[in-house]
Amino acid sequence: MRIASRLLALVCLLPLAALAQEKVVKIGVLNDQSGLYTDLGGPGSVIAAKMAAEEFGNKVAGMPIEIVTADHQNKPDIGSSIATKWIDVDKVDAILDVPNSGVSLAIAKIVADKNKVFIDSGAATSDLTGKACTPNTVHWTYDTWALANGTGKEVVKAGGDTWFFLTADYAFGKALERDTTAVVQANGGKVLGSVLHPLNTPDFSSFLLQAQASKAKIIGLANAGGDTINSIKSASEFGIVQGGQKLAGLLVFISDVHALGLKTAQGLQLTTAFYWDHDDKTRAWSKKFAARHGGKMPTMVQAGVYAGVLHYLKAVQALKSDEDGKAVVDKMKAIPTDDPLFGKGSVRADGRTIHPMYLYEVKKPAESKGPWDYYKLIREIPADQAFRPLSQSDCPLITKK
Amino acid sequence: MNTVFGVPIQALFSQLLVGLINGSFYALLSLGLAVIFGLLNVINFCHGALYMLGALVAWLMLEHFGIGYWGALIIAPIAVGLFGALIERTMIKRIAGLDPLYGLLLTFGLALIIQGVARNYFGVSGEPYEIPPQLTGGRNLGFMFLPNYRAWVVLVSVLLCGSTWYVTERTRLGSYLRAATENPLLVQAFGINVPRMITITYALGVGLAALAGVMAAPIYRVNPLMGADLIIVVFAVVVIGGMGSIFGSILTGFGLGVIEGLTKVYYPEASSTVVFVIMAIVLLLKPAGLFGRTA
Repeated sequence: MRIASRLLALVCLLPLAALAQEKVVKIGVLNDQSGLYTDLGGPGSVIAAKMAAEEFGNKVAGMPIEIVTADHQNKPDIGSSIATKWIDVDKVDAILDVPNSGVSLAIAKIVADKNKVFIDSGAATSDLTGKACTPNTVHWTYDTWALANGTGKEVVKAGGDTWFFLTADYAFGKALERDTTAVVQANGGKVLGSVLHPLNTPDFSSFLLQAQASKAKIIGLANAGGDTINSIKSASEFGIVQGGQKLAGLLVFISDVHALGLKTAQGLQLTTAFYWDHDDKTRAWSKKFAARHGGKMPTMVQAGVYAGVLHYLKAVQALKSDEDGKAVVDKMKAIPTDDPLFGKGSVRADGRTIHPMYLYEVKKPAESKGPWDYYKLIREIPADQAFRPLSQSDCPLITKK
Repeated sequence: MNTVFGVPIQALFSQLLVGLINGSFYALLSLGLAVIFGLLNVINFCHGALYMLGALVAWLMLEHFGIGYWGALIIAPIAVGLFGALIERTMIKRIAGLDPLYGLLLTFGLALIIQGVARNYFGVSGEPYEIPPQLTGGRNLGFMFLPNYRAWVVLVSVLLCGSTWYVTERTRLGSYLRAATENPLLVQAFGINVPRMITITYALGVGLAALAGVMAAPIYRVNPLMGADLIIVVFAVVVIGGMGSIFGSILTGFGLGVIEGLTKVYYPEASSTVVFVIMAIVLLLKPAGLFGRTA
């Protein structure tokens, strides 16, 4: 009898407990889980987000943290409908990662309309913190301006003053070509021509022959993932580099270098926000990550998802609420960023996270001491020079002031 | 310098050659499809997945057993061919005689499963596979630099296409095969084991796909999506050439490779769609395809 009454009392308490638990901090990782950008973000980004949540004990300001994930298949319409459902039905508070500039621009708008939080790591277009900036967007890892400023400037300085672009035919490729062209011209270089290729092209030999015929000293690859891999591979086969022309990979991820192999990729210069073997902190985190991701080291995109979630949770903790997306992003801008992967930095008024960028060169096979030992540092680009200065910004949040 | 519509003739020659090289893969793959459709009446949608499997087997052999390209060129098609025979015996056979739609759905499902499993284990960036040392380098043709390996691909492709056409159209075995598709019961009455012949045909078609996969591995990386990227184009090739017409698919394969190559010069943005535009036009004017027989 006593037991029965206790049980009854417990049952009476249950709804209260449920009520108190109703608020969940829900983080949605939205990226390419099956196509050509899977390896640079994909399931690895989800692991990175989980690792950040675990550091908070999966709880922030008394609310449990839940991570959900979906595949946007690189299609803006699919990405948009997932984001809308996530926010309206599943009560997702923040959307993370979202590679593919086309999809990310669509998501940024939806998230702003619904006043949630968008922390992009995977997309490249500098428009996210430029003309398409919103009070709800944070762009964490890199952008086309930073890539152009890193690789583009360095290559022109080293004498590569005539360029021909192979450009992926969508928002990202065009933004990257535009930003790199600006850097090349500003440094006294000339762009001789470009060719727009469809996304996910299996064979680049035709385009490379056109680049070869242009006689440009530098062939700039304004593409990413599988497209970059295929361009570099075809170029080595067709003797482009032996012919005296040089390739400049404007966006190269470590997963691309891994797929190419050092023999093909050696000597390639690239700009990145993160390399696992940078210091003790990045090594320690990356080894933990690799242990959970089939031995694969994290890309800068996956690192950015981790750091983005960490900073988001700090802001939620400070506010003790995740309700008002703009307020959370304002808080993220107010508190300085500090994490083991990107170091100390800040989120700027336009949503751009400021941290150093690095110019690396891919090692020769003989220089590599083991698996994933791929890069050697050429130069660190200090945080205050790595990204587009606010004075050049076309972000309405900045220009309105 | 002489130009054709603003493009130097030399550049045009090299683009034609590059188109021919890509056409070799289209021809090899559509050949297998045509053989299978012609003799089994099955639209083999898992052809792309099996092509990928060929490349994957080659890579696995190198990684785990140290067997290089030349070994893979022989072993991988046999291994994948046997796998194909297994598929035919256990699954495709059960739907023989039904509407071709069933075969399409079955093989499409198989393709998704094979690709999904491969993607789960190997990711999408793919694994590097080196060109065999005997075929590295290339020669300068004056108007372009031709990598030796690509020349080898064209050579093998032409030889294989030629011999497959010869076997099905000019030999006794080929005549049995053709007869068996017309009237299996009658051919069986002559004492020929038709089910076994069908299994062999399917395995052969699949083996051709795997062989194309091994040949593609050094060019395109070994990558679980390599087949999915290609198969739709290859189907378009088969439809344009005429379903089941072996000669048609060979010729269309090479021809479309060249047309695609030219599109990459004059209007590169359309290079991934030009094949389908041609397909639509051909279907409007000649529904059975360029070389197809109207049923």
